[in-house]
Amino acid sequence: MLEQIEGSQAVAKAVTLCRPEVIAAYPISPQTHIVESLSDRVRTGELAGCEYMMVESEFGAMSACIGASAAGARTYTATSSQGLLFMAEALFNASGLGLPIVMTVANRAIGAPINIWNDHSDSMAMRDSGWIQLFAESNQEAVDLHIQAYRLAEALSVPVMVCMDGFVLTHAFERVDLPEQAQVDAFLPGFVPQQALDPDDPVTIGAMVGPEAFAEVKYLMHAKQMSALDEIPVIARDFAETFGRDSGGLVRPYRTDDAETIVVSLGSVLGTIEDVVDKMRDEGRTVGVLGIGCFRPWPLDEVRAALAGARRVVVVEKAFAVGAGGIVGQNVRDALRGLPVEVYDVVAGLGGRPITRASLRQVFDQVLAGEVDPRRMHFLDLDVDLVQRELERSRRGGRPGPHAENMLRDIGTVASGAYE
Amino acid sequence: MAHQEIKLYQTGTFVAGNRLLDPEQRSVQARMGRSNSLTSGHRACQGCGEALGARYVLDAAMRATDGKMVAVNSTGCLEVFSTPYPESSWQLPWLHSLFGNGPAVAAGVAAALKAKGRDDIRVVGQAGDGGTVDIGFGTLSGMFERNDDVLFVCYDNEGYMNTGVQRSGATPPAARTANTKPVGDEPGNVFGQGKFVPAIAMAHEIPYVATATVAELRDLEYKVEKAMTFRGARYIHVFVPCPLGWGAASSDTIRLSRLAKETGVFPVFEAEHGEVTEVSTIRRRVPVEEYLTLQKRYAHLFGPAGRPDIVARLQATADRNIARYGLLAPDEEPAGPGVAQDVAGEGAV
Repeated sequence: MLEQIEGSQAVAKAVTLCRPEVIAAYPISPQTHIVESLSDRVRTGELAGCEYMMVESEFGAMSACIGASAAGARTYTATSSQGLLFMAEALFNASGLGLPIVMTVANRAIGAPINIWNDHSDSMAMRDSGWIQLFAESNQEAVDLHIQAYRLAEALSVPVMVCMDGFVLTHAFERVDLPEQAQVDAFLPGFVPQQALDPDDPVTIGAMVGPEAFAEVKYLMHAKQMSALDEIPVIARDFAETFGRDSGGLVRPYRTDDAETIVVSLGSVLGTIEDVVDKMRDEGRTVGVLGIGCFRPWPLDEVRAALAGARRVVVVEKAFAVGAGGIVGQNVRDALRGLPVEVYDVVAGLGGRPITRASLRQVFDQVLAGEVDPRRMHFLDLDVDLVQRELERSRRGGRPGPHAENMLRDIGTVASGAYE
Repeated sequence: MAHQEIKLYQTGTFVAGNRLLDPEQRSVQARMGRSNSLTSGHRACQGCGEALGARYVLDAAMRATDGKMVAVNSTGCLEVFSTPYPESSWQLPWLHSLFGNGPAVAAGVAAALKAKGRDDIRVVGQAGDGGTVDIGFGTLSGMFERNDDVLFVCYDNEGYMNTGVQRSGATPPAARTANTKPVGDEPGNVFGQGKFVPAIAMAHEIPYVATATVAELRDLEYKVEKAMTFRGARYIHVFVPCPLGWGAASSDTIRLSRLAKETGVFPVFEAEHGEVTEVSTIRRRVPVEEYLTLQKRYAHLFGPAGRPDIVARLQATADRNIARYGLLAPDEEPAGPGVAQDVAGEGAV
């Protein structure tokens, strides 16, 4: 049914249709609207047979999900940013135990400096946590990915993170086709756990494993994740048959057929990038886009196949590895190993900075003109002068004080306190 | 021996020996049908108070729930010595997740069982003092505050024994640990404000809170069985000596547990909805020295270079417990013969 609906409400509806039995969540912006809505739906009985746990922290949220999932319940949580990091220990535990928990990450920057706006540094920090990571381009896809995520998680007994851009998607009202309960029930069978705490069949879950078998247990985690690369396209095909629209999958090429330059990105910025590419195509430039729908496991073969014909690849990503470079960029280079393709890392949209068509167009033009060094990470719209002025203050010695406050004062955001 | 004189104090208390009782009244451990939840072959140290406590707690809970039970375990000695790959001592469904999340995991299990309409299956969470009073405290308080249907049991051996005997929030003042050595002007652990989690649990006004020691195992069984008659969050704090960490003889685990109670060092009581309902009174009050001198962790307080001033402070702490919890009941004070020589009696359990 088509509805004009906020992204968070749409996701809450999709999760409701998946009939979770335990939801444990702790509020953090911009995830709050999702879990508030789910709380309503449990209280009104729209989501029947579900326990909603108001836990004391994100660490508690993921831990309660671990317990609930191990007891055989379909389990859900949602978080963002610091909350995801506070869960970190439990994230690795959930994946190590092979528990098919589904979680929405309303992507948000990580402090310090504290910042509530969107980028991908939270999910990217947890890229090696053993969770499958799916990235939604739109609210429609966010809805669809949650339904697919449960099927995937439970088929492989692996936890799945559905990443959607905080505010940009979670708080945006868009037209969304919400599935019918019968469709979801047909697509998503009831949860049959691969392990469960059952007094009639007692098992020990979470035993200590030493060097004699640790590598093998970890290898199985890897093997299961890699098998998701086969499973995800199958689920996406089934989804298209059931619901009549394409959603999910590993990668999504857009006008890449003859493209000499391909822009790689993930999440909601893909729409903006496609607009820019359309314009460049109109002008005769052979440019295309590759959207990454699944970042973990990394679809190395699919990425390589999609990019192999290009001369250059520009990776636009909303996170970076401090002291190293682009994160998605590194993975793309890995996929292109041995091929004569130059990869450019462009970091954009950090802490919610808008990624405009004009800025994207400018950097693409610079890349095409050979003005960007592929061996250096490029920060989109970086205020170089502001950085230089702060570095100069640091060079003066003494006690220049905290960078963040100095720079805010410099640009006039903080009025109090004179800066000399 | 063929004949043993009945000691008076054994009657009418929960430490009464089984031989005095009808089969139906015998302890869970004395029954053929005990579940052996934590079965033999595990790798706990000789005289481990935690292994003893866990065995009694879980078997009593299994009996109370007719075997419909799930156990959740925080990281710690109990988890490590019971599940070295590929062996497991657990004969019940058992889940270990992390060090600091046992209460939240247990609450999640309980929520799942409720959602599935299987709240006939009960949940017991367990952890050492580190996993309870320190790293797991946030999740424990959350579990209490939500009144999740979990019995959480802390086996308190007063330190991080699994990692090599470091100080925890439950380590008593003056005690030597690996990072509170008797060096410098203030030997051993600092005198802080204390962190007695049973009292904090009571402040949450949860349905049931109890303390117990492994000296009085019938009392422990009774409290576990009683706890299982309640729904909601319940907490039992069990005092469990650690021979390794305390520098005590393995054969002194029961003796130390009893002395902890008889000195007032560890108050034994029950509370419901935030109010103390029962107190196990001291039978024969003894000075804290009798408890302290059996443990090398307090050795620096005695001898020529001893610190009687610190011993006096520890005595004052015990005295405060006695006053606060009413551990001396004057009308019960006159005890019969046999008590005096058997404060740390072997034959009691």
